[in-house]
Formats: sequence, structure tokens, C-alpha cells
Amino acid sequence: MTLIEVKNVSKQFGGLAALTDVSFVLNKGEILGLIGPNGAGKTTMFNIVNGFYPPTKGDVFLKGQRVSHLKPHTLCKLGVARTFQVVRPLQRMTTLDNVITSAFIRTKSKSHAEEIAIEILKFTGLYDDRMVISKGLPLGKRKRLEIARALATHPEILLLDESFAGLNPTEINDQIQIVKKIRTEKEITILIIEHHMKVIMSISDRIVVLNYGQKIAEGTPAEIGHNPIVIEAYLGEEHSA
Amino acid sequence: MKKFLPLIIFAILCFVPFVGLSTYVMHILILVLMWSVIGMAWNVLGGYTGQVSFGHAAFFGFGAYTGGILYQHLGISAWWGLPACVVILTALSLVIGYICLRLRGAYFALATLALGEVCRVAAENLVEFTQGNMGIMLRERTWVDKTWYFYVILIIAASTYMLIKLVMESKLGYYFVAIREDQDAAESLGINTTFYKTISLCLSGVLTGVAGAFYMNYMGYIDPATVFPLSEVSIAVVMVVMVGGAATFWGPIVGALIMVFLAEVIRSLPHIGAAHQTIFGIILILIIMFLPNGVVGDFGKLIKPFVGRRTSS
Ligand SMILES: Nc1ncnc2c1ncn2[C@@H]1O[C@H](COP(=O)(O)OP(=O)(O)O)[C@@H](O)[C@H]1O
Ligand SMILES: [Mg+2]
Repeated sequence: MTLIEVKNVSKQFGGLAALTDVSFVLNKGEILGLIGPNGAGKTTMFNIVNGFYPPTKGDVFLKGQRVSHLKPHTLCKLGVARTFQVVRPLQRMTTLDNVITSAFIRTKSKSHAEEIAIEILKFTGLYDDRMVISKGLPLGKRKRLEIARALATHPEILLLDESFAGLNPTEINDQIQIVKKIRTEKEITILIIEHHMKVIMSISDRIVVLNYGQKIAEGTPAEIGHNPIVIEAYLGEEHSA
Repeated sequence: MKKFLPLIIFAILCFVPFVGLSTYVMHILILVLMWSVIGMAWNVLGGYTGQVSFGHAAFFGFGAYTGGILYQHLGISAWWGLPACVVILTALSLVIGYICLRLRGAYFALATLALGEVCRVAAENLVEFTQGNMGIMLRERTWVDKTWYFYVILIIAASTYMLIKLVMESKLGYYFVAIREDQDAAESLGINTTFYKTISLCLSGVLTGVAGAFYMNYMGYIDPATVFPLSEVSIAVVMVVMVGGAATFWGPIVGALIMVFLAEVIRSLPHIGAAHQTIFGIILILIIMFLPNGVVGDFGKLIKPFVGRRTSS
């Protein structure tokens, strides 16, 4: 079953074409990887799916309903949650209060919101840090708090933007376990942006590759790994870097 | 103990009129309570929701004129201004919110500042309605004594305190703070930021208006310059909250206490006359430099020189 369909989406920022005629679908239950060199338009795609920007051309559909004109808070109520590449915790709130705030989307009662938040904090391994002011958390935990906050809104679809960037190998392994658990235990469909090739190859069911705002390939990790166009896009980046 | 502190203070204040304080001291106490209400109201929007307004005189003046105009044109008691201003101020807040809340940060502050001034100029010029600079005078006062005015504003202040406490511990309060901390993140977490900012503005506006309606009844005379002023209301309330401590329950109350007393002291000093504005300015700068979170917010820092030695040695 198709949850999200991105159809011929283009996005212009002034003269810059951040996305050009991109289409793909996200099916229920899968983990879909979105990769591409820096500046390829991945975050912009999230911002469009999540409602921060309207697309310049094309449309986004959620279970068949056109959602490209909706605001982020409406999309969140409809079950689309996201994390930010540059973490944006509610700085002067505790970890617990951050997650409680998100949980309030499905309940009016504070004690119920707190119950949901505590369950999520245990799920993401942040329970011991619940009283820490979120500004004071180390980066690895702030990245995880981004995920916890998104989960507390009880989403059907989770958009993860580089949740692994800047983490050390142990933290990366923990994070991989959490992402896998989100799918198996919470049955949430995941669209994930990731730079780390090993991570993306090991957790994605399918991968979409963007380069200069265009979709250059789509397929299973094995297919993508052998695709000459993809290899060139990445080699090109390494050569120029 | 800490939980009962508000109750204890309320009980003590209830007995204050029996002590036989002078009319002057009662007047000062009434002003402190009134400024606490305005400060608490501003704090909802500026402190907790992070939308700093320099135009709260608009709400204060509208509240005052609601009572005044009911008296002047309908011949009913100006006390009807208290309930009536809830409706009027909600409407005004919706209009101001529609104009200003799409702006962020400094642009919001500037827009509210401009609107406050627009209200003053309008009140000066809509002579048929407001009597312009002649002002509105209540020909008969409800009470000669200050005691009942004191109780009225005490009840208003206590209710405001409880209402805000209730709000801040609920979903609404969490959403206000989330908007202050990061509006885009709040939006993506399912918070309709425009809607909740409007709620915050309405709450803040109505409570400020109630204080204004009380002021009309208490002083018995208003004109545009006294209820719509930029420095004596719009900026004064920012100072009250900054000095006391923004986004704290007690900050506006402590700030009101300090600022009202300070104003009286400075005014009574000989030979300084108009310089009291300058002194206020200097005090504000010092507070922002040394106590950026206000007296309540930086209380730990304030008492550290006295208790620090014991704990460190
Ligand atoms: N709000 C914006 N305004 C102008 N340009 C933007 C904006 N957001 C992204 N861009 C540009 O769009 C391109 C794609 O950016 P982005 O989607 O962040 O790439 P990625 O996440 O794949 O690294 C970049 O050239 C970036 O500078
Ligand atoms: Mg990006």
C-alpha cells in the first residue's frame, strides 16, 4: 500500500533548482533510503513532504489525498513526523518536557502525555536523562531526542534527516538498533536521509538517489551499490572534495 | 511550605487593611497589585510564548476606556467595564494578532509598538467617543476609602495568578514555551503556532484590559496620555517583568513591587525632577547586565555571596 507519493516535484529557490521533477513512492512498512551528495536536495525534499515549503511544481499525496498545500502541524496530525538534520530541541526544557510537548498532540491530559513520553524515553534509551535540560545533552543524545520527540506524536510515517551524522561508532550501532526497533515494534514506515553508506545499505529496503536535484537511480541496496551512475556521482564528489 | 507560599501571602494581604495603614501606603499597595496583574499578563505573551510586545498600553487603555465609555455614554457604572472588557479585549487581541503575529522577533515588537501609538492617537482624536484630551471623569466615586479598591485588585491579582499557573501547567503552557523555544520545531511537532500565539495574545490582552478597567474605576479619571502612554505603560511593563524575572510565576509580582517603590522613592528625591526617567533607564541596563534573568530568575546568583562561602568551605 502506498503511503506517500511524490509526483513530479520541483522546487526553485530564486534561480536555484533545488529539486527537478522528482517522483517516488513510500510503501507501508518499508524503510526507504534517500541518498545523494551534499546539496543534492534531500533536506529540501523533506521540507516539502513535511509541509514547510509548497512545491514549485508537482504534488505530494498522503494515502491518495493531496497534501502539498498543508502546514507542518496538520501533516503531523495526519501522521507524518520528522527530525531535523541540525538538531532543534526545545533548548531550555528538560528532555522529558520536550517529549511531553510532542505527546500533547494526541491528548489533552498532562498525565496521559507524561505516560506516553516516559514510554518513548525508555524505548529510545533516554529515560535516565529525562531531567536534563536538553541544551546540555551531548550530540548523540540530542539526535536521539529528535527521534523520541517525533515518535511521541504517534506517527505512521517517520522522516529521519541524517540522524547518524556526527555520531561515534558505538552511538551509530545504538541508533541503528533503535531505527530497526521503530519499524518492527512500532510498525512505523520510515523515510531516511543518510550520508553513511554502510548504514544506509544495511537498513534500507529500497534506496532513491538524488544528484543536483534530480533522481538518478532507484532500487535495492545491492542494485544501487552496483549502479555505475551512482558510483560516478559519489566518486565525482570524492574527487572534487 | 513552598506550595503554600502563595496562599500565605494572600492571607496576609487580606489582613493588611485592618492594620490601619495610611491612605498613601494603601495607594502604593494597590498600584503594586495592579502592576503585578499587568506584568503577569505581559509575561504570558512575552515571557512564556516569547512574543515580546512594546504595545501593551493598547490593551490597558482599551480596558480603561471600556469602563469609561460605558459610564459616559450609557450612564451605567464603570465597573461594568470589567466584564465588558473581556469581550472587547478579545476582539482587539484578535485584530492585533492578525496584523502582528505573522511577524517574528523584532518585527513583531515594532508592530505592537506602532499599534500602541495608533491607539493613543485614535483616542485623542475620536473626540465624540472618548472626549479626546479632555478625558473621562467619574462624577461620583464608588468608595471614598481605599479598602474596597484594595480587595477588588487583590482578588483580580490572585485570580490572575491562579489562572496563569493553571494554564502554564497544562497543554497550553507547554505549547507556549515550545513556540518560544523554536517556532519551526513546534510547528513540525503538530503545534498550530499561529493559533496558539493568538490564544496567548488574547489571554495577555484580556488580563491587561481588566487591569485597565480597574484603573478607570480606581483613579476616577482617564485621558489618552495616562492610559495609552508608550513609556509609562508599554515600556514600564517590560521593565517590571525584566526586573522581576521573565517566564517565572513570581517575577512580575516582585518586579511590580520593586518598580512601584522605586518610582515613588525616585519621585520623592529632591532636585532630580524629570531625571527619574534616566535613572530608570540606568537601572534597567544594570539589571540586564548583571541579572539577565531578573531578581527571581537569578535569585541563586543574588544570594550566593551570602551563602556561597558556607557551602564551598
Ligand atoms: N530555504 C532555502 N533557500 C535557498 N536555498 C536553499 C534553501 N534550502 C536549501 N537551499 C539550497 O537547495 C540546495 C539543496 O539543499 P538541501 O536540500 O539542504 O541539500 P541536502 O540536504 O541534500 O544536502 C542547496 O544548494 C541549498 O543551498
Ligand atoms: Mg540535508
